[in-house]
Amino acid sequence: MRKVLESILVPVLAVLIALLISAFVIVAIGKNPLQAYAVLVRGAFGSKQAIIDTLIKTTPLILTGLAVGFGFRAGVFNIGAEGQMAMGALIAASIASNFGNIPPVVAIPLTLVIGMGAGAGWAAIAGFLKAKTGAHEVVTTIMLNWITTFVASFMVTGPLATGSGTPKSPEIAASAQLPILMKVGAMELSAGIIISLLAAVFMYVFLNKTTVGYEVKAVGFNPYAAEYGGISVSKNVVLAMAISGALAGLAGVTELMGVHHRFLGELSGGKGFDGISIALIGQNNPIGIIFAALLIGALRTGSNEMQFLGVSKYIVIIVQGIVIFLVAADRIVRTIYLRKKVKS
Amino acid sequence: MAPEVNEIKTAHHLYAVEMIDITKRFPGVLANDRVTLRVKAGEIHAIVGENGAGKSTLMNQLYGLYHPDSGEIRIFGEQKRFHGPRDAIRAGIGMVHQHFMLVDTLTVAENVVLGSEPVKGLNFDLNRAREEVRKLSEAYGLYVDIDAKIEDIPVGMQQRVEIIKTLYRGANIIILDEPTAVLTPQEVEELFEIMRNLKKSGKTILFISHKLNEVMEISDRITVMRGGRVTAELITKETNEREIARAMVGRDVVLKLDKPPHKAKDVVLEVRNLWVKDNRHLNAVRGVSFQVRAGEVVGIAGVAGNGQTELVEAITGLRKVENGEIIFLGKNVAGAHPRQLREMGMSHIAEDRLKYALIKPFPAYYNAILGRHYKTPFASGAFLNHREIKRFTAELMEEFDVRPRIIEHLGGNFSGGNQQKLVVGREIKAHPKFMVVAQPTRGLDVGAIEFIHRQILRMREQDVAILLISMELEEIFSLSDRILVMYEGQIMGEVRPEETTVEEVGLMMAGKRLEEIRGGKK
Repeated sequence: MRKVLESILVPVLAVLIALLISAFVIVAIGKNPLQAYAVLVRGAFGSKQAIIDTLIKTTPLILTGLAVGFGFRAGVFNIGAEGQMAMGALIAASIASNFGNIPPVVAIPLTLVIGMGAGAGWAAIAGFLKAKTGAHEVVTTIMLNWITTFVASFMVTGPLATGSGTPKSPEIAASAQLPILMKVGAMELSAGIIISLLAAVFMYVFLNKTTVGYEVKAVGFNPYAAEYGGISVSKNVVLAMAISGALAGLAGVTELMGVHHRFLGELSGGKGFDGISIALIGQNNPIGIIFAALLIGALRTGSNEMQFLGVSKYIVIIVQGIVIFLVAADRIVRTIYLRKKVKS
Repeated sequence: MAPEVNEIKTAHHLYAVEMIDITKRFPGVLANDRVTLRVKAGEIHAIVGENGAGKSTLMNQLYGLYHPDSGEIRIFGEQKRFHGPRDAIRAGIGMVHQHFMLVDTLTVAENVVLGSEPVKGLNFDLNRAREEVRKLSEAYGLYVDIDAKIEDIPVGMQQRVEIIKTLYRGANIIILDEPTAVLTPQEVEELFEIMRNLKKSGKTILFISHKLNEVMEISDRITVMRGGRVTAELITKETNEREIARAMVGRDVVLKLDKPPHKAKDVVLEVRNLWVKDNRHLNAVRGVSFQVRAGEVVGIAGVAGNGQTELVEAITGLRKVENGEIIFLGKNVAGAHPRQLREMGMSHIAEDRLKYALIKPFPAYYNAILGRHYKTPFASGAFLNHREIKRFTAELMEEFDVRPRIIEHLGGNFSGGNQQKLVVGREIKAHPKFMVVAQPTRGLDVGAIEFIHRQILRMREQDVAILLISMELEEIFSLSDRILVMYEGQIMGEVRPEETTVEEVGLMMAGKRLEEIRGGKK
């Protein structure tokens, strides 16, 4: 219990300190910080519509947060959630537009699996390269991100292009779209949020209850000891990247099936990279990641409202930056403290 | 230049070093608790104690690396406050660390003068440096090859360079931190000769060690530490190993276990003409062949870095075999994965337990099942069976006396001895047919060593085949039925402990073949 409280304490304190520091910035531009924050909170949670908007924004963030967090737990730094997310959505979009004749019971799971498989396969390339040649996944996943960007942009302006204006793919079949849980005005909350929560449960169970989870963690913590214990390091590195990529692919495909219903050029919009911050704030813990994603989702939603007050919405980026800095600093402080203790 | 100022002050004070009531606290640890150490001028003073007893902390304070929280340090009667090693060096203190601080690509002479080089005008005066080093080398009988590069000379000579370095900086008090750990028995003898020479010319020596026989041989007086305190001050002539061990551990210790005769049975492991490369792709094991039978302990002796590590890694499936065969239970397993070998009944107590045998962030109950985590009863299908895992861990910790007995305790938070007991327990409880035991007691205290040796002999009686690799000759002699000596990747000879001597094994460790040694005597 004490351990749980301790792990919550740091992010909560970090958020409070970040809000305090940002308040000075708001004062400096001549606005009232209390008023700004009140609007921010109202913008994120003040109405049914606001809450739905926040949850819609939170859904993919939970999934990319889980993707990166899972990677960290398994000892790989998957910086390519961005590309895997887009790849998942792109492949699923190009296939699921033909699902008109398939009933939703089949079409929905099938599309989800295609999206996850695409993300997993894309990430597994980096895992394979690491296992076989030692190429670091940070480098290879960034390269894969760029490949995705150009492939996607080629697809939506070329083979998949439809209509005029923004480059986009055709709409996916209605049977492959996620059911709507709640609708207020133009805001539609899809079942994607439930999928993301289930993914968090999956990550928890996988890492803590299964033998494969044990092996993945062992490889992440100490590959030498893992090999000594008869655990294949290369197999598990590929597996860890694939699962991480599957979660990122799931983020992309739920956006596709629940929000846009088609692949748009800028579908991921940095959410893959947000996953890194979210995993960090959530301390790679599935429950922590849910709350961290909610925090970022709420800040993003509320900041639009704040803008009407004349406070730039980028204030929330400052808040986010300070939170990450403080959470990371806490790790640094702890590491130094532990080193000292071990030395003596 | 070599300052000789200290000579004057050293004169007639009884104590060269007095550390009085020294207390040093680290977060969560009281490393030195009101420790008082008095070292007479011109004596060889041994400081013994188990790992974590506070010896290094005490010496680091004397050398100015740490400041005491309270207490005072006097050098030849004069109170001192050191703000860093520089101050300590100025006061005439020199330290030879366990890991040498030498620049591999410079010559012996260059290394000695490094930091206070003689100059001619603006240029480094190499000839003066060589001359100074030669003088020191001759004066104290410290034979070194002045113009050789450090990377080309043996460890024993590197150590002599370190000693000359302290002398060049004017040391009258020389701290030697575990100096024999890296030496062959012959090199140890040479070092002791040098220490006697230094003593004769009036130097004071602090000798840190945990090898009781060496302490008995070389020291005049002994300070024993345990748990951050001094537990005994002894005069070497008036004490014995048993008394020192008791002060170190706090209870009576059996130093030599009796090894009941036990008949070796069938061959379990056979290595045939094995070749293995090291990380630099050089041949580390060069055509090694031997057998290990059920119910016998085969010991491999040798100075560290002569291919033992690579041999172990090849046998246990952790390193690629370049050439040759490893026949385990009648099957060639060269190139097999560790999991296959474990399935066949191989256990491995790894030499580097923090790198290989233990996952530090895992709790004890996960470490206790490493290697068998996927099998019943620890797993049912894809899921871990936590209840059984925890029950098993509690049983293991009880049986192998792992403390603290908290199954949730993280692997990295146990002390070295308890980590090792956890590992030994895990590997034994896998009920192996063959066990590779590498450096099983490195860095452990006397009590834990005794415990682990008993376990190894118990396995022998249960007809397990055991391959023991150790740098500690005493360990090899007391546990092995047969001894193989490795030197530069080859086996120099095979002897039985009751038919050989430490000298003979020592010569093989230095690269002489058994036939040469025995043939030479005739």
